[in-house]
Amino acid sequence: MKMYYMDNSATSPVVEEVLNEMLPYFNEKFGNASTLYKLGVESKKALDKARQQVADLINADPKEITFTSGGSESDNMAIKGVAFKERAKETEDNPKNHIITSQIEHPAVLETCRFLEKYGFEVTYLPVNSDGFISLEELENSIKDSTILITIMHSNNEIGSIQPTKEIGAIARKHNVLFHSDAVQSAGKIPIDVEEQNIDLLSISGHKINAPKGIGAIYIKKGVQLEVLIHGGGQEDGIRSGTENIPGIVGLGKAAEIANNNLENIMKHNQEIRDQLVEKVTSEIKDSYINGSLENRLPNNIHFRFSGIEGESLILRLDDKGIMGATGSACSTRDLKGSHVLAALGIKPALSHGSLRLSIGKDNSIEDVDYIVQSIKEVVEYLRSISPLWDNKTDEYIGDKFEKPLDEEDLDRY
Amino acid sequence: MAMDYSDKVIDHYTHPRNTGVIENPSGEGTVGNPVCGDIMTIYIDVDENEKLTDVKFSTFGCGAAIATSSMITEMAIGMSVEEAYQITRNDVADELDGLPPIKLHCSNLAADALQAAIDNYREKNNK
Repeated sequence: MKMYYMDNSATSPVVEEVLNEMLPYFNEKFGNASTLYKLGVESKKALDKARQQVADLINADPKEITFTSGGSESDNMAIKGVAFKERAKETEDNPKNHIITSQIEHPAVLETCRFLEKYGFEVTYLPVNSDGFISLEELENSIKDSTILITIMHSNNEIGSIQPTKEIGAIARKHNVLFHSDAVQSAGKIPIDVEEQNIDLLSISGHKINAPKGIGAIYIKKGVQLEVLIHGGGQEDGIRSGTENIPGIVGLGKAAEIANNNLENIMKHNQEIRDQLVEKVTSEIKDSYINGSLENRLPNNIHFRFSGIEGESLILRLDDKGIMGATGSACSTRDLKGSHVLAALGIKPALSHGSLRLSIGKDNSIEDVDYIVQSIKEVVEYLRSISPLWDNKTDEYIGDKFEKPLDEEDLDRY
Repeated sequence: MAMDYSDKVIDHYTHPRNTGVIENPSGEGTVGNPVCGDIMTIYIDVDENEKLTDVKFSTFGCGAAIATSSMITEMAIGMSVEEAYQITRNDVADELDGLPPIKLHCSNLAADALQAAIDNYREKNNK
Protein backbone atom coordinates (compact mmCIF):
# COMPACT_ATOMS: atom_id res chain seq x y z
CA MET A 1 0.00 0.00 0.00
CA LYS A 2 1.20 3.49 -0.81
CA MET A 3 2.13 5.60 2.21
CA TYR A 4 0.86 9.12 2.66
CA TYR A 5 2.97 10.47 5.49
CA MET A 6 1.35 13.69 6.66
CA ASP A 7 2.82 14.05 10.10
CA ASN A 8 5.95 16.00 9.26
CA SER A 9 5.47 18.24 12.29
CA ALA A 10 5.94 15.15 14.46
CA THR A 11 9.07 14.10 12.63
CA SER A 12 10.36 13.90 9.08
CA PRO A 13 12.48 11.43 7.16
CA VAL A 14 16.21 12.03 6.71
CA VAL A 15 16.60 12.88 3.04
CA GLU A 16 19.21 11.12 0.94
CA GLU A 17 21.44 14.15 0.42
CA VAL A 18 21.58 14.64 4.18
CA LEU A 19 22.20 10.97 4.88
CA ASN A 20 25.03 10.78 2.31
CA GLU A 21 26.67 13.83 3.78
CA MET A 22 26.55 12.24 7.24
CA LEU A 23 27.68 8.70 6.48
CA PRO A 24 31.47 9.21 6.33
CA TYR A 25 31.41 10.77 9.79
CA PHE A 26 30.29 7.54 11.44
CA ASN A 27 33.27 5.36 10.53
CA GLU A 28 35.77 7.06 8.19
CA LYS A 29 35.96 10.59 9.49
CA PHE A 30 35.11 9.68 13.05
CA GLY A 31 37.67 11.89 14.82
CA ASN A 32 36.95 13.85 17.98
CA ALA A 33 36.82 17.52 17.01
CA SER A 34 38.91 18.42 20.08
CA THR A 35 41.97 16.41 18.96
CA LEU A 36 45.07 17.70 17.18
CA TYR A 37 45.73 15.21 14.39
CA LYS A 38 44.28 15.47 10.89
CA LEU A 39 41.35 13.15 11.61
CA GLY A 40 40.23 15.42 14.43
CA VAL A 41 40.84 18.57 12.42
CA GLU A 42 38.59 17.16 9.73
CA SER A 43 35.77 16.82 12.25
CA LYS A 44 36.40 20.35 13.50
CA LYS A 45 36.10 21.62 9.92
CA ALA A 46 32.82 19.77 9.46
CA LEU A 47 31.57 21.31 12.68
CA ASP A 48 32.50 24.81 11.53
CA LYS A 49 30.85 24.30 8.17
CA ALA A 50 27.59 23.09 9.74
CA ARG A 51 27.62 26.02 12.15
CA GLN A 52 27.81 28.38 9.19
CA GLN A 53 24.98 26.52 7.38
CA VAL A 54 22.68 26.76 10.39
CA ALA A 55 23.61 30.40 10.99
CA ASP A 56 22.77 31.21 7.36
CA LEU A 57 19.27 29.76 7.74
CA ILE A 58 18.37 32.33 10.40
CA ASN A 59 20.70 35.20 9.49
CA ALA A 60 22.97 34.76 12.50
CA ASP A 61 26.71 34.73 12.98
CA PRO A 62 28.14 31.18 13.26
CA LYS A 63 29.61 32.12 16.65
CA GLU A 64 26.04 32.52 17.86
CA ILE A 65 25.08 28.89 17.08
CA THR A 66 25.45 26.12 19.66
CA PHE A 67 24.59 22.52 18.86
CA THR A 68 22.35 20.59 21.24
CA SER A 69 20.50 17.28 21.31
CA GLY A 70 17.30 18.83 19.93
CA GLY A 71 14.51 21.30 20.42
CA SER A 72 13.69 20.30 23.99
CA GLU A 73 17.28 20.75 25.12
CA SER A 74 17.51 24.10 23.34
CA ASP A 75 14.32 25.29 25.07
CA ASN A 76 15.56 24.09 28.47
CA MET A 77 18.95 25.69 27.91
CA ALA A 78 17.47 29.04 26.93
CA ILE A 79 14.88 29.30 29.69
CA LYS A 80 16.76 27.77 32.62
CA GLY A 81 20.01 29.34 31.42
CA VAL A 82 18.53 32.85 31.45
CA ALA A 83 16.53 32.20 34.63
CA PHE A 84 19.49 31.09 36.72
CA LYS A 85 21.84 33.72 35.29
CA GLU A 86 19.43 36.60 35.87
CA ARG A 87 18.26 35.38 39.27
CA ALA A 88 21.82 35.70 40.48
CA LYS A 89 21.48 39.46 39.92
CA GLU A 90 18.50 39.79 42.26
CA THR A 91 18.51 42.80 44.57
CA GLU A 92 16.52 43.68 47.65
CA ASP A 93 13.81 45.43 45.63
CA ASN A 94 13.98 43.32 42.47
CA PRO A 95 13.75 39.52 42.65
CA LYS A 96 14.57 39.15 38.91
CA ASN A 97 12.34 36.11 38.74
CA HIS A 98 9.50 36.81 36.30
CA ILE A 99 9.06 34.96 33.00
CA ILE A 100 6.35 35.58 30.39
CA THR A 101 5.24 32.80 28.08
CA SER A 102 2.01 31.70 26.37
CA GLN A 103 -0.56 29.02 27.10
CA ILE A 104 0.04 27.30 23.77
CA GLU A 105 3.78 26.66 24.03
CA HIS A 106 5.27 23.24 23.42
CA PRO A 107 5.60 21.16 26.61
CA ALA A 108 9.39 21.65 26.46
CA VAL A 109 8.72 25.31 27.27
CA LEU A 110 5.64 24.92 29.49
CA GLU A 111 7.09 22.19 31.66
CA THR A 112 10.38 24.06 32.02
CA CYS A 113 8.44 27.10 33.23
CA ARG A 114 6.45 24.98 35.66
CA PHE A 115 9.69 23.51 36.95
CA LEU A 116 11.05 27.00 37.56
CA GLU A 117 7.89 27.95 39.46
CA LYS A 118 8.86 25.31 42.01
CA TYR A 119 12.10 27.20 42.54
CA GLY A 120 10.63 30.61 43.20
CA PHE A 121 10.16 31.93 39.69
CA GLU A 122 6.93 33.62 38.73
CA VAL A 123 5.47 32.79 35.32
CA THR A 124 2.76 34.59 33.34
CA TYR A 125 1.03 32.32 30.81
CA LEU A 126 -0.50 34.64 28.22
CA PRO A 127 -3.78 33.49 26.67
CA VAL A 128 -4.34 33.46 22.92
CA ASN A 129 -7.39 34.50 20.92
CA SER A 130 -9.51 31.98 19.03
CA ASP A 131 -7.13 32.28 16.07
CA GLY A 132 -4.16 31.30 18.21
CA PHE A 133 -2.33 34.61 18.60
CA ILE A 134 -1.18 36.41 21.74
CA SER A 135 -2.08 40.04 22.31
CA LEU A 136 0.91 42.40 22.09
CA GLU A 137 -0.83 44.80 24.42
CA GLU A 138 -1.36 42.11 27.01
CA LEU A 139 2.26 41.08 26.62
CA GLU A 140 3.54 44.60 27.23
CA ASN A 141 1.20 45.08 30.18
CA SER A 142 2.55 41.90 31.77
CA ILE A 143 6.12 43.18 31.85
CA LYS A 144 7.33 44.38 35.23
CA ASP A 145 10.65 45.27 36.82
CA SER A 146 11.27 41.65 37.77
CA THR A 147 10.68 40.33 34.24
CA ILE A 148 13.80 38.63 32.90
CA LEU A 149 12.56 36.66 29.91
CA ILE A 150 9.81 36.47 27.32
CA THR A 151 9.55 33.03 25.72
CA ILE A 152 6.97 32.87 22.94
CA MET A 153 7.06 30.28 20.19
CA HIS A 154 7.80 31.34 16.62
CA SER A 155 4.95 29.15 15.37
CA ASN A 156 2.68 26.63 17.01
CA ASN A 157 3.21 22.90 16.56
CA GLU A 158 -0.48 22.04 16.50
CA ILE A 159 -2.29 24.82 14.69
CA GLY A 160 0.66 26.51 12.95
CA SER A 161 -0.13 30.06 14.12
CA ILE A 162 2.88 32.29 13.52
CA GLN A 163 3.30 34.76 16.35
CA PRO A 164 4.23 38.40 15.64
CA THR A 165 7.84 37.70 16.56
CA LYS A 166 9.26 40.97 15.32
CA GLU A 167 6.83 43.00 17.40
CA ILE A 168 7.30 40.79 20.45
CA GLY A 169 11.05 41.25 20.12
CA ALA A 170 10.66 45.01 19.80
CA ILE A 171 8.65 45.11 23.03
CA ALA A 172 11.26 42.96 24.76
CA ARG A 173 14.08 45.27 23.61
CA LYS A 174 12.16 48.36 24.70
CA HIS A 175 11.86 46.96 28.23
CA ASN A 176 15.33 45.46 28.28
CA VAL A 177 14.01 41.90 28.63
CA LEU A 178 15.50 38.91 26.81
CA PHE A 179 13.37 37.21 24.13
CA HIS A 180 13.53 33.48 23.41
CA SER A 181 11.52 31.85 20.64
CA ASP A 182 10.95 28.15 20.04
CA ALA A 183 11.29 27.95 16.26
CA VAL A 184 11.26 24.17 15.98
CA GLN A 185 8.28 24.25 13.59
CA SER A 186 9.27 27.43 11.75
CA ALA A 187 12.85 26.61 10.80
CA GLY A 188 13.04 25.52 7.19
CA LYS A 189 9.31 26.23 6.72
CA ILE A 190 9.16 30.04 6.76
CA PRO A 191 11.86 32.74 6.77
CA ILE A 192 13.54 33.39 10.11
CA ASP A 193 15.75 36.41 10.57
CA VAL A 194 16.94 36.80 14.14
CA GLU A 195 18.24 40.31 13.44
CA GLU A 196 15.08 41.63 11.88
CA GLN A 197 12.82 39.78 14.33
CA ASN A 198 14.68 41.03 17.41
CA ILE A 199 15.32 37.54 18.76
CA ASP A 200 17.91 36.88 21.49
CA LEU A 201 17.56 33.11 21.76
CA LEU A 202 16.07 30.66 19.28
CA SER A 203 15.54 26.88 19.35
CA ILE A 204 15.88 24.63 16.30
CA SER A 205 15.41 20.87 15.92
CA GLY A 206 17.01 18.66 13.27
CA HIS A 207 14.40 15.97 12.75
CA LYS A 208 11.65 18.40 11.76
CA ILE A 209 13.69 19.50 8.73
CA ASN A 210 14.79 16.16 7.29
CA ALA A 211 17.88 15.83 9.48
CA PRO A 212 18.13 13.06 12.09
CA LYS A 213 16.60 12.92 15.54
CA GLY A 214 18.87 13.75 18.46
CA ILE A 215 20.37 16.90 16.99
CA GLY A 216 19.32 20.50 17.38
CA ALA A 217 20.72 23.96 17.82
CA ILE A 218 20.24 27.09 19.81
CA TYR A 219 20.98 30.60 18.64
CA ILE A 220 22.36 32.74 21.44
CA LYS A 221 22.76 36.37 20.44
CA LYS A 222 26.25 37.75 20.97
CA GLY A 223 26.48 39.18 24.47
CA VAL A 224 23.59 37.17 25.96
CA GLN A 225 24.78 35.25 29.00
CA LEU A 226 23.34 31.89 30.02
CA GLU A 227 24.03 29.80 33.07
CA VAL A 228 25.61 26.53 31.94
CA LEU A 229 23.42 23.44 32.36
CA ILE A 230 25.71 20.72 31.01
CA HIS A 231 29.15 20.94 32.54
CA GLY A 232 32.14 19.01 31.34
CA GLY A 233 34.98 19.29 28.87
CA GLY A 234 34.05 22.77 27.67
CA GLN A 235 32.94 22.01 24.11
CA GLU A 236 30.75 24.56 22.31
CA ASP A 237 32.59 27.44 23.98
CA GLY A 238 31.85 25.94 27.37
CA ILE A 239 28.11 26.50 27.10
CA ARG A 240 27.29 22.88 26.22
CA SER A 241 29.88 20.27 27.08
CA GLY A 242 30.00 16.78 25.62
CA THR A 243 31.81 15.41 22.60
CA GLU A 244 30.09 16.84 19.57
CA ASN A 245 27.66 14.63 17.64
CA ILE A 246 29.48 15.25 14.37
CA PRO A 247 27.33 13.04 12.08
CA GLY A 248 24.17 14.64 13.47
CA ILE A 249 25.64 18.13 13.25
CA VAL A 250 26.73 17.55 9.65
CA GLY A 251 23.20 16.33 8.90
CA LEU A 252 21.58 19.36 10.50
CA GLY A 253 23.94 21.65 8.62
CA LYS A 254 23.15 20.04 5.28
CA ALA A 255 19.39 20.06 5.97
CA ALA A 256 19.60 23.75 6.93
CA GLU A 257 21.47 24.51 3.72
CA ILE A 258 18.91 22.67 1.58
CA ALA A 259 16.04 24.43 3.34
CA ASN A 260 17.72 27.82 3.01
CA ASN A 261 18.41 27.38 -0.71
CA ASN A 262 14.89 26.19 -1.47
CA LEU A 263 12.73 28.00 1.04
CA GLU A 264 10.53 29.72 -1.50
CA ASN A 265 9.83 26.47 -3.36
CA ILE A 266 9.23 24.57 -0.13
CA MET A 267 6.69 27.15 0.98
CA LYS A 268 4.95 27.11 -2.38
CA HIS A 269 4.82 23.29 -2.50
CA ASN A 270 3.41 23.06 1.03
CA GLN A 271 0.89 25.83 0.60
CA GLU A 272 -0.48 24.48 -2.69
CA ILE A 273 -1.23 21.12 -1.11
CA ARG A 274 -2.53 22.73 2.08
CA ASP A 275 -4.90 25.06 0.25
CA GLN A 276 -6.29 22.20 -1.85
CA LEU A 277 -6.87 20.10 1.24
CA VAL A 278 -8.64 22.95 3.00
CA GLU A 279 -10.87 23.69 0.06
CA LYS A 280 -11.81 20.10 -0.69
CA VAL A 281 -12.25 18.87 2.86
CA THR A 282 -14.37 21.80 3.98
CA SER A 283 -16.53 21.68 0.86
CA GLU A 284 -16.95 17.90 0.66
CA ILE A 285 -17.29 16.95 4.32
CA LYS A 286 -20.22 18.25 6.28
CA ASP A 287 -19.52 19.97 9.59
CA SER A 288 -15.78 20.21 9.03
CA TYR A 289 -13.90 23.15 10.46
CA ILE A 290 -10.40 24.59 10.64
CA ASN A 291 -8.82 24.97 14.07
CA GLY A 292 -7.01 28.30 14.21
CA SER A 293 -6.76 30.92 11.49
CA LEU A 294 -5.61 30.49 7.91
CA GLU A 295 -3.86 33.87 8.18
CA ASN A 296 -0.29 33.91 9.51
CA ARG A 297 -0.16 30.14 9.55
CA LEU A 298 2.67 27.77 8.67
CA PRO A 299 2.17 26.82 5.01
CA ASN A 300 2.62 23.11 5.80
CA ASN A 301 0.07 22.94 8.63
CA ILE A 302 -3.62 22.25 8.60
CA HIS A 303 -5.76 21.27 11.56
CA PHE A 304 -9.28 20.05 10.87
CA ARG A 305 -12.13 19.40 13.24
CA PHE A 306 -15.04 17.06 12.52
CA SER A 307 -17.97 17.02 14.90
CA GLY A 308 -19.39 13.73 16.17
CA ILE A 309 -16.24 11.64 15.92
CA GLU A 310 -13.20 10.95 18.08
CA GLY A 311 -9.64 11.49 16.89
CA GLU A 312 -7.92 8.28 17.88
CA SER A 313 -10.36 6.12 15.94
CA LEU A 314 -10.02 8.58 13.04
CA ILE A 315 -6.22 8.23 13.04
CA LEU A 316 -6.37 4.44 13.28
CA ARG A 317 -8.76 4.12 10.34
CA LEU A 318 -6.79 6.60 8.22
CA ASP A 319 -3.68 4.56 8.99
CA ASP A 320 -5.41 1.56 7.44
CA LYS A 321 -5.67 3.64 4.26
CA GLY A 322 -1.98 4.55 4.40
CA ILE A 323 -2.54 8.08 5.69
CA MET A 324 -0.63 9.20 8.77
CA GLY A 325 -1.69 12.27 10.72
CA ALA A 326 -2.09 13.47 14.30
CA THR A 327 -4.97 14.40 16.59
CA GLY A 328 -5.45 16.60 19.63
CA SER A 329 -7.96 14.17 21.10
CA ALA A 330 -7.52 13.49 24.79
CA CYS A 331 -7.82 9.78 24.06
CA SER A 332 -4.53 9.87 22.19
CA THR A 333 -2.48 11.61 24.83
CA ARG A 334 -0.46 10.18 27.67
CA ASP A 335 -2.41 12.01 30.37
CA LEU A 336 -5.83 11.82 28.62
CA LYS A 337 -6.18 15.56 29.13
CA GLY A 338 -6.36 16.53 25.48
CA SER A 339 -4.73 19.33 23.60
CA HIS A 340 -3.93 22.38 25.74
CA VAL A 341 -3.66 24.35 22.52
CA LEU A 342 -7.22 23.60 21.35
CA ALA A 343 -8.45 24.33 24.88
CA ALA A 344 -6.66 27.70 24.78
CA LEU A 345 -8.48 28.51 21.53
CA GLY A 346 -11.73 28.01 23.40
CA ILE A 347 -12.79 24.87 21.54
CA LYS A 348 -15.13 22.69 23.62
CA PRO A 349 -13.60 19.36 24.68
CA ALA A 350 -16.46 17.40 23.10
CA LEU A 351 -15.50 18.93 19.76
CA SER A 352 -11.72 19.07 20.12
CA HIS A 353 -11.73 15.26 20.27
CA GLY A 354 -12.58 15.18 16.57
CA SER A 355 -9.47 16.97 15.37
CA LEU A 356 -6.95 15.99 12.73
CA ARG A 357 -3.60 17.66 12.09
CA LEU A 358 -1.98 17.08 8.73
CA SER A 359 1.53 18.46 8.32
CA ILE A 360 2.90 18.47 4.83
CA GLY A 361 6.42 17.53 3.80
CA LYS A 362 8.49 17.21 0.67
CA ASP A 363 7.22 13.71 -0.18
CA ASN A 364 3.58 14.78 -0.34
CA SER A 365 2.22 15.62 -3.75
CA ILE A 366 -0.71 17.58 -5.09
CA GLU A 367 -1.76 14.43 -7.00
CA ASP A 368 -2.42 12.70 -3.67
CA VAL A 369 -4.91 15.28 -2.44
CA ASP A 370 -8.00 13.65 -3.95
CA TYR A 371 -7.22 10.25 -2.44
CA ILE A 372 -6.54 11.80 0.94
CA VAL A 373 -9.73 13.88 0.94
CA GLN A 374 -11.78 10.90 -0.23
CA SER A 375 -10.29 8.72 2.51
CA ILE A 376 -10.95 11.30 5.23
CA LYS A 377 -14.51 11.66 3.97
CA GLU A 378 -15.11 7.90 4.04
CA VAL A 379 -13.66 7.52 7.53
CA VAL A 380 -15.49 10.53 8.97
CA GLU A 381 -18.78 9.37 7.47
CA TYR A 382 -18.27 5.82 8.73
CA LEU A 383 -17.43 6.95 12.27
CA ARG A 384 -20.42 9.27 12.26
CA SER A 385 -22.63 6.40 11.14
CA ILE A 386 -21.74 4.50 14.33
CA SER A 387 -21.65 7.55 16.62
CA PRO A 388 -24.50 8.34 19.02
CA LEU A 389 -23.57 12.01 18.62
CA TRP A 390 -24.57 12.00 14.97
CA ASP A 391 -28.16 11.66 13.79
CA ASN A 392 -28.04 9.47 10.70
CA LYS A 393 -31.58 10.31 9.70
CA THR A 394 -31.17 14.06 9.67
CA ASP A 395 -27.40 13.86 8.99
CA GLU A 396 -26.48 16.32 11.71
CA TYR A 397 -24.55 16.66 14.94
CA ILE A 398 -26.67 16.11 18.05
CA GLY A 399 -23.85 15.87 20.60
CA ASP A 400 -24.74 18.95 22.58
CA LYS A 401 -27.62 17.26 24.33
CA PHE A 402 -25.33 14.49 25.62
CA GLU A 403 -22.81 16.85 27.19
CA LYS A 404 -22.70 16.74 30.95
CA PRO A 405 -20.48 18.58 33.38
CA LEU A 406 -17.74 16.24 34.51
CA ASP A 407 -19.04 14.39 37.55
CA GLU A 408 -17.15 12.35 40.08
CA GLU A 409 -17.58 9.20 38.08
CA ASP A 410 -16.01 10.84 35.03
CA LEU A 411 -13.11 12.20 37.05
CA ASP A 412 -12.64 8.80 38.62
CA ARG A 413 -12.28 7.29 35.18
CA TYR A 414 -9.32 9.55 34.35
CA MET B 1 0.86 8.34 21.93
CA ALA B 2 1.10 5.00 20.20
CA MET B 3 -1.23 2.40 21.73
CA ASP B 4 -0.24 -1.20 22.09
CA TYR B 5 -3.51 -2.82 21.05
CA SER B 6 -3.98 -6.59 20.79
CA ASP B 7 -4.82 -8.14 17.41
CA LYS B 8 -8.37 -8.75 18.63
CA VAL B 9 -8.84 -5.11 19.61
CA ILE B 10 -7.50 -4.04 16.22
CA ASP B 11 -9.82 -6.49 14.48
CA HIS B 12 -12.84 -5.19 16.39
CA TYR B 13 -12.22 -1.49 15.84
CA THR B 14 -11.32 -2.09 12.23
CA HIS B 15 -14.39 -4.26 11.59
CA PRO B 16 -16.90 -3.48 14.33
CA ARG B 17 -19.74 -6.02 14.62
CA ASN B 18 -23.39 -5.23 15.22
CA THR B 19 -23.24 -1.48 14.74
CA GLY B 20 -26.39 0.54 14.40
CA VAL B 21 -29.69 1.22 16.05
CA ILE B 22 -32.51 -1.19 16.94
CA GLU B 23 -35.85 0.50 16.29
CA ASN B 24 -38.23 0.02 19.20
CA PRO B 25 -35.73 -2.01 21.23
CA SER B 26 -36.61 -3.98 24.33
CA GLY B 27 -34.12 -1.78 26.13
CA GLU B 28 -31.39 0.79 25.55
CA GLY B 29 -28.69 2.32 27.69
CA THR B 30 -26.23 5.15 27.19
CA VAL B 31 -23.13 5.76 29.30
CA GLY B 32 -20.15 8.10 29.01
CA ASN B 33 -19.72 11.77 28.30
CA PRO B 34 -18.65 13.35 25.02
CA VAL B 35 -16.65 15.85 27.09
CA CYS B 36 -14.40 12.96 28.13
CA GLY B 37 -14.18 11.58 24.61
CA ASP B 38 -16.38 8.54 24.78
CA ILE B 39 -20.05 7.78 24.96
CA MET B 40 -21.88 4.65 23.86
CA THR B 41 -25.43 3.45 23.45
CA ILE B 42 -26.34 -0.24 23.53
CA TYR B 43 -29.69 -1.50 22.22
CA ILE B 44 -31.09 -4.92 23.11
CA ASP B 45 -33.91 -7.08 21.88
CA VAL B 46 -35.20 -9.68 24.34
CA ASP B 47 -37.50 -12.58 23.45
CA GLU B 48 -40.19 -14.22 25.56
CA ASN B 49 -37.61 -16.60 27.05
CA GLU B 50 -35.61 -13.68 28.45
CA LYS B 51 -32.88 -14.28 25.85
CA LEU B 52 -31.00 -11.51 24.06
CA THR B 53 -31.82 -12.08 20.41
CA ASP B 54 -30.13 -8.93 19.16
CA VAL B 55 -27.65 -6.41 20.54
CA LYS B 56 -26.45 -3.35 18.64
CA PHE B 57 -24.31 -0.36 19.54
CA SER B 58 -23.36 3.12 18.51
CA THR B 59 -20.18 4.56 19.98
CA PHE B 60 -18.27 7.81 19.88
CA GLY B 61 -14.78 7.13 21.14
CA CYS B 62 -11.30 5.77 20.65
CA GLY B 63 -10.30 2.42 19.19
CA ALA B 64 -10.69 0.72 22.56
CA ALA B 65 -14.16 2.18 23.07
CA ILE B 66 -15.31 0.88 19.68
CA ALA B 67 -13.65 -2.52 20.18
CA THR B 68 -15.20 -3.09 23.62
CA SER B 69 -18.65 -2.11 22.31
CA SER B 70 -18.30 -4.46 19.38
CA MET B 71 -17.01 -7.30 21.53
CA ILE B 72 -19.77 -7.11 24.12
CA THR B 73 -22.46 -7.34 21.44
CA GLU B 74 -20.88 -10.62 20.26
CA MET B 75 -20.63 -11.90 23.81
CA ALA B 76 -24.18 -10.97 24.79
CA ILE B 77 -26.20 -12.15 21.79
CA GLY B 78 -27.79 -15.48 22.74
CA MET B 79 -27.25 -15.03 26.46
CA SER B 80 -30.06 -14.79 28.96
CA VAL B 81 -30.71 -11.33 30.38
CA GLU B 82 -29.45 -12.62 33.72
CA GLU B 83 -26.16 -13.88 32.24
CA ALA B 84 -25.60 -10.76 30.18
CA TYR B 85 -26.08 -8.59 33.25
CA GLN B 86 -23.15 -10.35 34.89
CA ILE B 87 -20.64 -9.46 32.16
CA THR B 88 -18.00 -7.24 33.74
CA ARG B 89 -15.57 -4.73 32.28
CA ASN B 90 -12.80 -7.23 32.95
CA ASP B 91 -14.65 -9.96 31.06
CA VAL B 92 -14.77 -7.72 27.99
CA ALA B 93 -11.11 -6.76 28.29
CA ASP B 94 -10.13 -10.42 28.75
CA GLU B 95 -12.16 -11.48 25.74
CA LEU B 96 -10.19 -8.89 23.72
CA ASP B 97 -6.87 -10.32 25.00
CA GLY B 98 -6.41 -7.28 27.20
CA LEU B 99 -6.40 -3.51 26.82
CA PRO B 100 -3.54 -1.04 27.29
CA PRO B 101 -3.54 -0.06 31.00
CA ILE B 102 -4.44 3.56 30.25
CA LYS B 103 -7.55 2.39 28.36
CA LEU B 104 -8.73 -0.21 30.88
CA HIS B 105 -10.34 2.42 32.99
CA CYS B 106 -11.56 5.13 30.63
CA SER B 107 -12.77 3.45 27.46
CA ASN B 108 -14.03 0.21 28.88
CA LEU B 109 -17.66 1.26 29.26
CA ALA B 110 -19.45 -1.41 27.26
CA ALA B 111 -20.40 -3.57 30.26
CA ASP B 112 -21.92 -0.51 31.95
CA ALA B 113 -23.86 0.35 28.82
CA LEU B 114 -25.23 -3.18 28.49
CA GLN B 115 -26.29 -3.15 32.15
CA ALA B 116 -27.97 0.20 31.59
CA ALA B 117 -29.86 -1.27 28.62
CA ILE B 118 -30.96 -4.25 30.72
CA ASP B 119 -32.01 -1.93 33.56
CA ASN B 120 -34.08 -0.02 31.02
CA TYR B 121 -35.66 -3.27 29.75
CA ARG B 122 -36.49 -4.36 33.31
CA GLU B 123 -37.93 -0.98 34.18
CA LYS B 124 -40.14 -0.99 31.10
CA ASN B 125 -41.41 -4.46 31.93
CA ASN B 126 -41.55 -4.08 35.70
CA LYS B 127 -39.13 -6.96 36.19
